[in-house]
Amino acid sequence: MVYLTRAEHFNAAHKLYNPSWSKEKNDEVFGKCANDNWHGHNYELFVTVKGEPDPDTGFLVDAKKLSTTINQHVIEKLDHRNLNLDVDFMQGKMCSSENLVIEIWNQLQPNLPANVQLHCIKLYETPRIYVEYFGRK
Amino acid sequence: MGEKVSVFRREHFNAAHRLYNDAWDYSKNEMVFGKCALPNYHGHNYEMEVKVTGEPDKETGYVIDLKLLSDIIRREVVQRFDHKNLNLDTQEFKNLNPTAENIVVVIYKLIRPYIDSRFDLQIRLYETPRNFVEYPV
Repeated sequence: MVYLTRAEHFNAAHKLYNPSWSKEKNDEVFGKCANDNWHGHNYELFVTVKGEPDPDTGFLVDAKKLSTTINQHVIEKLDHRNLNLDVDFMQGKMCSSENLVIEIWNQLQPNLPANVQLHCIKLYETPRIYVEYFGRK
Repeated sequence: MGEKVSVFRREHFNAAHRLYNDAWDYSKNEMVFGKCALPNYHGHNYEMEVKVTGEPDKETGYVIDLKLLSDIIRREVVQRFDHKNLNLDTQEFKNLNPTAENIVVVIYKLIRPYIDSRFDLQIRLYETPRNFVEYPV
């Protein structure tokens, strides 16, 4: 089994705000992340797939094609967007990094070649904060 | 005359913005600023490197106490911009396009009054790990 990781990045605005709570409760729980007019991040995304290398090519997956898939299904929807307002797969969900990795997994999983399995979605929200998702256990 | 030394303090803030010239119509903004002009904002992890150059003090050996420099940057810059929308939430960018170039000049002007005039001050601002600007040059 070999693991291959492709790194991509996107820049986006978001806020952490639960619409079923009062403004005061949102401020108490999310602090400045609940700022009405959004804030933003440079997100760094690491997509890891696993499987056996193809005997003819030596590739697990063509890294360029993996990049194209990630860009088409994830980056183009997120980059320079407002995660709360603009992203179809985040509608009705809290735009935390935890929820983002789960939804990014759900976007990519059906669009990978049959011979590879998705292993991990790792997302840096800042250089000092990151989350990882390994699929439903 | 003693030897001059540069000391640096790195700080960061996360903010939303968009690039948009109100004097132009939407299609011209889109043509010039591309997806940076999208209406619902996007965001960045901004990293600042603040450089102070001068002769170390004979008694302390310091050019400037880096804790004091950090306090100035946090008070004047980070508190103003962190987790804010630069276009909507700040006085400084009410009528100024928040490009990295304009932000770095604003940061310089906010900090300069608090740095002894015998020292040189220079700011480097990273908008992304790959895009950064410096002022003055």
